[in-house]
Amino acid sequence: MLIKLTGGTVYDPASGVDGKKQDIYIQNGKIINKPSGEFQIDKEYDLKGKVVMSGAIDMHTHIGGGKGNIARTLLPEDHRLDPVAGTHLCRSGCGHVAPSTFITGYRYAEMGYTAGFEPAVLPINARQAHMEMGDIPILDKGGYVMLGSDDYLLRMLTAKKDQKAINDYVAWTMNAAKAIGVKVVNPGGINAFKFNQRKLDLDEQNSHYGVTPRDILQVLATAVKEIGVSHPLHVHGCNLGVPGNIETTLDTIQGIGGLPMHLTHIQFHSYGTEGDFKFSSGAARIAEAVNKHKNITIDVGQILFGQTVTASGDNMRQHANNKFASPAKWVTMDIECDAGCGVVPFKYKDQNFVNALQWAIGLETFLLVDDPWRIFLTTDHPNGAPFTSYPHLIRLLMDRTFRNDVLSTIHPEAQKMTTLASIEREYTLQEIAIMTRAGAAKLIGLENRGGLSAGNWADITVYTDNADRQKMFEKPDYVFKDGELVVVDGNVVHTKWGTTHIVKPHFDAGVEKDLRAYFDKYLTMKLDNFKISDDEFTEDGRGHLTTHPLNNVA
Amino acid sequence: MTEIREVPSPFCGIGTDDLTIDVNGQQVKVLSNGCAVNTLAFEHPITDTKPRIDGKEVSLDEAVARAATLLKHTHFPVIAGCATDVNGMRGLLALADRTGAVVDNANFNNARKNILALQDTGWMNTTLAEVKNRCDVLVIVGTDLEGFAPRFFEKYLWNEAMFLDNTSERDIIYLGTKPSGTASTSPSGKTAQVFECETQNLPDVVAVLRALVKGQQIQATSVAGILVSDLAAIAQKLKDAKYGVITWAAGALNYSHAELTIQTLCEMIKNLNETTRCSGFPLGGKEGDQTANQVCGWTSGYAARVSFAKGYPVYDPFLLDTHTLLENGEADALVWVQAFNASATPPKTNLPTIVVARSGMIFEKEPDVFIPVGTPGIDHAGHAYRLDNVVAIRLKKCRDSNLPSTATVLNAIEKNLREEVVC
Repeated sequence: MLIKLTGGTVYDPASGVDGKKQDIYIQNGKIINKPSGEFQIDKEYDLKGKVVMSGAIDMHTHIGGGKGNIARTLLPEDHRLDPVAGTHLCRSGCGHVAPSTFITGYRYAEMGYTAGFEPAVLPINARQAHMEMGDIPILDKGGYVMLGSDDYLLRMLTAKKDQKAINDYVAWTMNAAKAIGVKVVNPGGINAFKFNQRKLDLDEQNSHYGVTPRDILQVLATAVKEIGVSHPLHVHGCNLGVPGNIETTLDTIQGIGGLPMHLTHIQFHSYGTEGDFKFSSGAARIAEAVNKHKNITIDVGQILFGQTVTASGDNMRQHANNKFASPAKWVTMDIECDAGCGVVPFKYKDQNFVNALQWAIGLETFLLVDDPWRIFLTTDHPNGAPFTSYPHLIRLLMDRTFRNDVLSTIHPEAQKMTTLASIEREYTLQEIAIMTRAGAAKLIGLENRGGLSAGNWADITVYTDNADRQKMFEKPDYVFKDGELVVVDGNVVHTKWGTTHIVKPHFDAGVEKDLRAYFDKYLTMKLDNFKISDDEFTEDGRGHLTTHPLNNVA
Repeated sequence: MTEIREVPSPFCGIGTDDLTIDVNGQQVKVLSNGCAVNTLAFEHPITDTKPRIDGKEVSLDEAVARAATLLKHTHFPVIAGCATDVNGMRGLLALADRTGAVVDNANFNNARKNILALQDTGWMNTTLAEVKNRCDVLVIVGTDLEGFAPRFFEKYLWNEAMFLDNTSERDIIYLGTKPSGTASTSPSGKTAQVFECETQNLPDVVAVLRALVKGQQIQATSVAGILVSDLAAIAQKLKDAKYGVITWAAGALNYSHAELTIQTLCEMIKNLNETTRCSGFPLGGKEGDQTANQVCGWTSGYAARVSFAKGYPVYDPFLLDTHTLLENGEADALVWVQAFNASATPPKTNLPTIVVARSGMIFEKEPDVFIPVGTPGIDHAGHAYRLDNVVAIRLKKCRDSNLPSTATVLNAIEKNLREEVVC
């Protein structure tokens, strides 16, 4: 079947195409060059006047894994406000802050997204993360495996194991957990909480191991680079949400010494202590540091006002914030000498000074970082806001008048503490396409995704240009997934199953000797039962794996 | 004869995966690391291999077609039991969505006691490996732990731990129920402290314990036969512990509104965490109950007592109880899914009944359709959740029985009821 998309205005930053009229040909799920000689078009879509981008990629969204399911079970009252009936095409479920898996897939697709990546896959919970994502239709998915508070790594650091041994362990874990990246959450802090430490600064020692967050960041960032994983170490830093944490964040950037590093939901790590309320925006200093350090990428973790639920691996910080739970119930867990999690429902209020300033800090960050290839559009779903608020966020970025209108309604003291009103920048369509497509695919290391040139998989979103960017991005005209038309006018018309993106970095098989002894002695599962096999993805006939290339590895 | 090592068990809830079994044709024998729960469950023989309609053997296709026909003409079917693996639950939920059925896990009235506490105020919980490596004080409330999981002490407490110099010195404290054996006596001979009371008096005992943890003055000198000074000593031990753990089996707290006792325990744990570390550790996870709640959770948003009758999931932890729906005459058909335990027969009813269950189930009243299925972890590969709700174990296929999986059967019934592929 040969499909032609005719005459659309194409934004394809991966090929340097910025708003140019172009035809696109699709065959066997992929984009091809215009066939030579005589050819028969089986299906043509007239896209004159339409905006064409590749399918959007959410590079940090909590869509799979135990803490998400705890959040679901915790909040029946939220689901009741957004029941979703099944149709002849679609399964039923629930939406809003902790949507069911099927509704997650449909709603992402209906906004033009074709892939989402779960950033906090605990190795011991990876099976669950993949099983949940296995029930998310249409989207491609993948996960970043969490290390840094696992006792095995901390024991290695205490025992002064060399970098090569750590590389082997990291690579082995990525293979066992079927990951495409590595994340560290409050480096060592989740572990320190189990020893009753309540905070852990960058240079503060774990009371049992004597290891600092800085040590952990250094060895993990090095490992990720040396084993050839494209996605830089994905870092949820120390002191999330603590006023004054900007100093830690700047120190983290400076301290990594040029190694590739991605700082996630940086909004939550950009707080100063100025002003009457001892809470101020550090966005300008963070943006300056990011602009200067080309090894650093960030996503924002924008907050938007309303009810949500925060679900994080960072049980140390989640526990510290439990008094803000709204409604007043919350969960933390210590997990398997591996990590932990914390789930705290939260309501961001525009008339609350802190929340209002958090909102402004996120937007300042977006607008003050120069290079859209190194900043990514996230709300840290659902922690800052549910992913369904992305079109609203895009409008805030692209429409200064709208932004300033909203700004004028938030807590007056917060208005005084932000420079937002004076920032003139409006994101362009091409910059949105970079942040949500080409840049994300490049950052994660996805081959043949995130672009519209020949050879790419045909994940394509078509919008009607509209000055109201929220309306435009809420309801694409068409969404194609692997060349199949899945959404028309913002509604799912066809469903399919996406792939799971992984990498398989090499490791010395000898790494299993010590690991096996450790598993037998201290853990509650046998090593061979821990490793996730390929058939766990494929045996029900729906899932499959796509392995992406490594950097500088023969 | 084939020997298979490191076999994970879906039966005991603690996800034991060190069993060695011997497979000889259809016969399974547990060679090592068995227990009263697992050995029996693994060695249960296959007797039925053919589906039946009205007691007569038929092909699988015929049985599936009859089940679909029965369900086509119902308005409020109940799919109960829900004891199967992850793929089985996926198929079950797809069928429920298609038929507008109620999904109700057989153990939900017990699980509900925990879930209600979770949904009202939340908790701070832990998992098995943390218990094994950190727990220095274990308080067991209203539960005979070794009766629940015979190898719990041997496997997780009386061996080496990362953060305890001498695991034999762990404090084990029973509150309410006394242990049925001596598994809780440590290898060095340290015995558990036991403070017995009637199970239904635990709300009072636990309330006083929490009050003592919070530093409140108690006028009474004893509660339900337990000295307040003994409870004060337990409170002090928990405060002095580096990593206390409080465990209970919701099923053992068999009195009305036991969720309030569990909530008091969970809130007490939060109080203790103001100064030290302490975690809850609910016991459960047998016969797929955590699996049912997990898969139903991500598919519908709710734990496994959900109605799809309105076209979207509706959760009601009380009104959607299978027994209530059957007794009130609200349901008009019953589908009983039980892939683990042939003795767990469906509730009595005169409604059209479809049973998808482990081979060897003996019925008082023959169901309209009976389809024997393979057992996850013996006859086919699969996934099951352990009691701590975080760890999904990978179940192995150990023999070729040719019995279909729950998923195969339920997906086939669902497919029979529709034309288009839904995902």
